[in-house]
Amino acid sequence: MSGLQIAFLLIGAITLFAAVITVSSRKIMHAALWLILALGAVAAVFATLEAGFFAAIQIAIYVGAIAILIIFAVMLTRRAMEDSGPQLNSTWPAALVISAGVLTGLVILLSSWGGFETRSMALPPTGENIAALGTALVDMNGYVVPFEVASLLLIAALVGAIFVASEPKGK
Amino acid sequence: MTLWYEDPIKLIANWLFGLMLGWGMPVDTANFVLTLLGAAFLGVVPLLFCIFLIWYERKLLGRIQDRFGPNRVGPWGIFQPFADMLKIFIKEFITPQGADVVPYNLAPILSVASVLLIWAVVPFSMTMMGVNLNVGLSFIIGCGGLGLLAIILAGYGSNNKYALLGGMRAVAQLISYEVPMVMSLLVPVMLSGSLGVNDIVQKQTVPYIILAPVAALIFFITSVAESGRAPFDLVEAESEIVAGFNTEYSGLKFGFFFVAEFLHAFTISLLFSTLFLGGWRGPFTDQVPLLGFVYLVVKTFIVYFLVILFRGSLPRFRIDQMMDLNWKLLTPLSLVTLLITALLANPLSGMPLLQAVALFLVNLAALVVLMSWAERKMPRKRKIVAKTRPLATPNQQDQLSA
Amino acid sequence: MLNDWLYVGVFFVIAMLLPGVAIAIAGLLSPKKPDPAKSSTYECGIETVGPSWVQFKAQYYIFTLIFLVFDVETVLLFPWAVAYNQLPFFAILEGIVFVLILLGGLVYAWRKRALEWI
Repeated sequence: MSGLQIAFLLIGAITLFAAVITVSSRKIMHAALWLILALGAVAAVFATLEAGFFAAIQIAIYVGAIAILIIFAVMLTRRAMEDSGPQLNSTWPAALVISAGVLTGLVILLSSWGGFETRSMALPPTGENIAALGTALVDMNGYVVPFEVASLLLIAALVGAIFVASEPKGK
Repeated sequence: MTLWYEDPIKLIANWLFGLMLGWGMPVDTANFVLTLLGAAFLGVVPLLFCIFLIWYERKLLGRIQDRFGPNRVGPWGIFQPFADMLKIFIKEFITPQGADVVPYNLAPILSVASVLLIWAVVPFSMTMMGVNLNVGLSFIIGCGGLGLLAIILAGYGSNNKYALLGGMRAVAQLISYEVPMVMSLLVPVMLSGSLGVNDIVQKQTVPYIILAPVAALIFFITSVAESGRAPFDLVEAESEIVAGFNTEYSGLKFGFFFVAEFLHAFTISLLFSTLFLGGWRGPFTDQVPLLGFVYLVVKTFIVYFLVILFRGSLPRFRIDQMMDLNWKLLTPLSLVTLLITALLANPLSGMPLLQAVALFLVNLAALVVLMSWAERKMPRKRKIVAKTRPLATPNQQDQLSA
Repeated sequence: MLNDWLYVGVFFVIAMLLPGVAIAIAGLLSPKKPDPAKSSTYECGIETVGPSWVQFKAQYYIFTLIFLVFDVETVLLFPWAVAYNQLPFFAILEGIVFVLILLGGLVYAWRKRALEWI
């Protein structure tokens, strides 16, 4: 059990704990704040996997933009500060049995797949190569079409949001 | 063998390492203890340095406003910040009723932590730095995001509608100004080909303020706006929405918001000198690397002087003027700078002199064109709201009655 | 490279602990005299009126959304910018097309008056 494994397990436990409290919290603002902790812990997981660029970007985008968007959206609703009561449904025993069954089925299926046991290649000692990522993003045989489609997707989101949030004509 | 003028920090670290190995500690634990000590040192020094910064700013602001700064407590008032610190340490923590305890208390701590984290990736000389993270610039942008979170926690945790409104307004201002800042940071990355801050410094044979003047200007303006300083300090000015998100804070918690703001102002000066002015580069740094630290300090203080000058001389913006400035001038300008640098830097990379001159001139031309276009599109109209009234002039007869 | 991130993690913990310890020390040194009038929330000197939640303008949300779109665009541009010096001119043009598409989005938002504060 190297130090890295202990750190990884600890961070994973924090992520799961924060995620569980997010969905079961009574106040919606508290749920948003626990979500921020879960997203930060995911960034720490990226760091343990030596994907430093993605860890930094996770914090910058998820915690710095998407979490703030969620909090603003929550603040726009009238019931932001209310206590919504316990978040468990009356059918929770059936849900627990079904999800436990699905998990067992998945574990049995995956353990018979060879790829589950192979280790992925270790990264070179210099770490990740962002220049290679950049070249691949615009390479003709690489990901240039998804790269440009991503910008169109962002434009579509922008136009859609502005249209939905704009005042109706003639008001 | 590192000599004292090459890297005193490394010298001390090597001596401690030898000492710990002599005590029989395994190598990994010794390395971890060294990491811990280095991080603790790098964390404590900026906080202690903040005391000097507060004195410097108050003296300088006083001189700009044609008065002495603090000059009673000690020669030239240098013990004034100590007296302030002592006072703020022993003030009572008044927690508002109904406040959400964890966000309320976490906010000042996170505010200071988000600024301190930036100091870990800044190179202070050729070999002295916290850690040469290969994604240093993205890390710095992420730290800005943490600072935003602290403001939201403060506004929400205070259970005060004015604090909440002030906090949300502050966050709206900060996220708006983050867009041109991140885009202008793309330009040094393009010119140097790396996200690591030390690599950017090492590639600056010509400082990037010459190769990318508009990007430097945009980074400076948006960083001043990001740290909530004048002229962008609408969200915490005393005559505005009470005191914004820190209305309900007292004692050292308020003190830490204050410390975070001052330290942020110094940190952006540090970042500007590192990314655009060449950081620790200067003459004779090959022979005496410690001189790089001296150069960095000189450059940082020049930029910090400029930041304080902004505060002392410019009036405050209104919130809609701030948003207009950001979305309608700075964002298109930063996009245009990005396009210009993208078009010119790579094709001319073989001829450094031509590249430098061409980039400089085209950048300035783009700035002039865009600003004159902006002036034409959004002129400052003065509306006449009343007719001019005749001036009252004394009559000859009135003088007899007086 | 893991050592780098270990340093960052340790530094983060220390950066959170230092103000925390200072606030704890100040908490020990300061007087504690809670009083209902002192702990009531501040509303310019009068009693608080209404719950401590106010209706926000939707404009806050629109600004955050536009910020998100431009932030994601810049993040996608970071690897392109890092690889900039080794790219052929056609690849540089592809990045420029990316930026131009989003400049078009900004112009659309401007024309639809989504960038006004009022």
